[in-house]
Amino acid sequence: MWFEDFKIGARMELGSYTFSEDEIIRFAKKYDPQPFHVDPVAAKDGPYGGLIASGWHTSATWMKLMISLRQSTPRSAEDDSPQGGPSPGFFDMRWPNPVRAGDTITYTAECVELVPLKSRPEWGIVRHKNEGFNQDGKMVFHFIGQGLMPRREPGSDLPG
Amino acid sequence: MASKPELYWEDFPVDEEATFGAYEVKREDMIEFASEFDPQPFHLNEEIAKTSLLGGLATSGWQNCAIAMRIMWDGYLHKSASMGAPGVEEVRWRKPVYAGDVLSMRRKTLETRRSKSRPGMGLVRFGWEMFNQNGDLKMTMEGWAMFECRTGEKAGA
Repeated sequence: MWFEDFKIGARMELGSYTFSEDEIIRFAKKYDPQPFHVDPVAAKDGPYGGLIASGWHTSATWMKLMISLRQSTPRSAEDDSPQGGPSPGFFDMRWPNPVRAGDTITYTAECVELVPLKSRPEWGIVRHKNEGFNQDGKMVFHFIGQGLMPRREPGSDLPG
Repeated sequence: MASKPELYWEDFPVDEEATFGAYEVKREDMIEFASEFDPQPFHLNEEIAKTSLLGGLATSGWQNCAIAMRIMWDGYLHKSASMGAPGVEEVRWRKPVYAGDVLSMRRKTLETRRSKSRPGMGLVRFGWEMFNQNGDLKMTMEGWAMFECRTGEKAGA
């Protein structure tokens, strides 16, 4: 997709993911071995009353579903856009409720801002509000993500 | 918590700076993480990565966040009375991280306060910078973390 194809307010369902205890522990052992992420017994007496997923696991799973959706969506015949670029970062990441083993999280994305770049006229920044909800409808995940998307009509300040 | 924590909320004074870690990014870990969570060509394919904005095969930014977490754990969280984090205010992926990079994190304590809603808990806002072995700034991060207080209503009860 080109930068110009994004519309503020457009919403996407990215899909759902069920977190197993094994996966929660495997991720956390490698990257976030706090007792409430790796040890179901110790977690019972911890601040969350049980094992919960690392917030970074919840976040990386958002990326997994986003990419999966993107890669499974066939391009239309007239879409000749190059690949999107990397992201410069994100804002306002929140994990307002824990993700526990067996929880199924449904992720959504809504386009909230489109920023043409002076410094890189052939790219624009697309900002999405991304959220995740568990099977009880409680929000477990929120952030404002950013992606570089190629411009169909590069900015007029393009050198040369 | 296997043993009694050494670091409570009171042990993070404002303006304190500390540096943690020498975490080597291994190619196989990079491929494993990207395959599972972020299978974009510039995280998996050397040739495509070279011509991308990343300039070479680079980690997923989400792996950089996860590695930052691991450096924090190994550096000080393992001996702290950590109660997790409510989120992260901002992350900037400044430069790509490549296989072979050895990463460290510099922490600055920006702000601290006791929780109003949860007696016995305190919050600390940290600013973080991630560097590689050459001092290249790779990532910055800012956000609150939660710790048990050494003294407080809970401890005094």
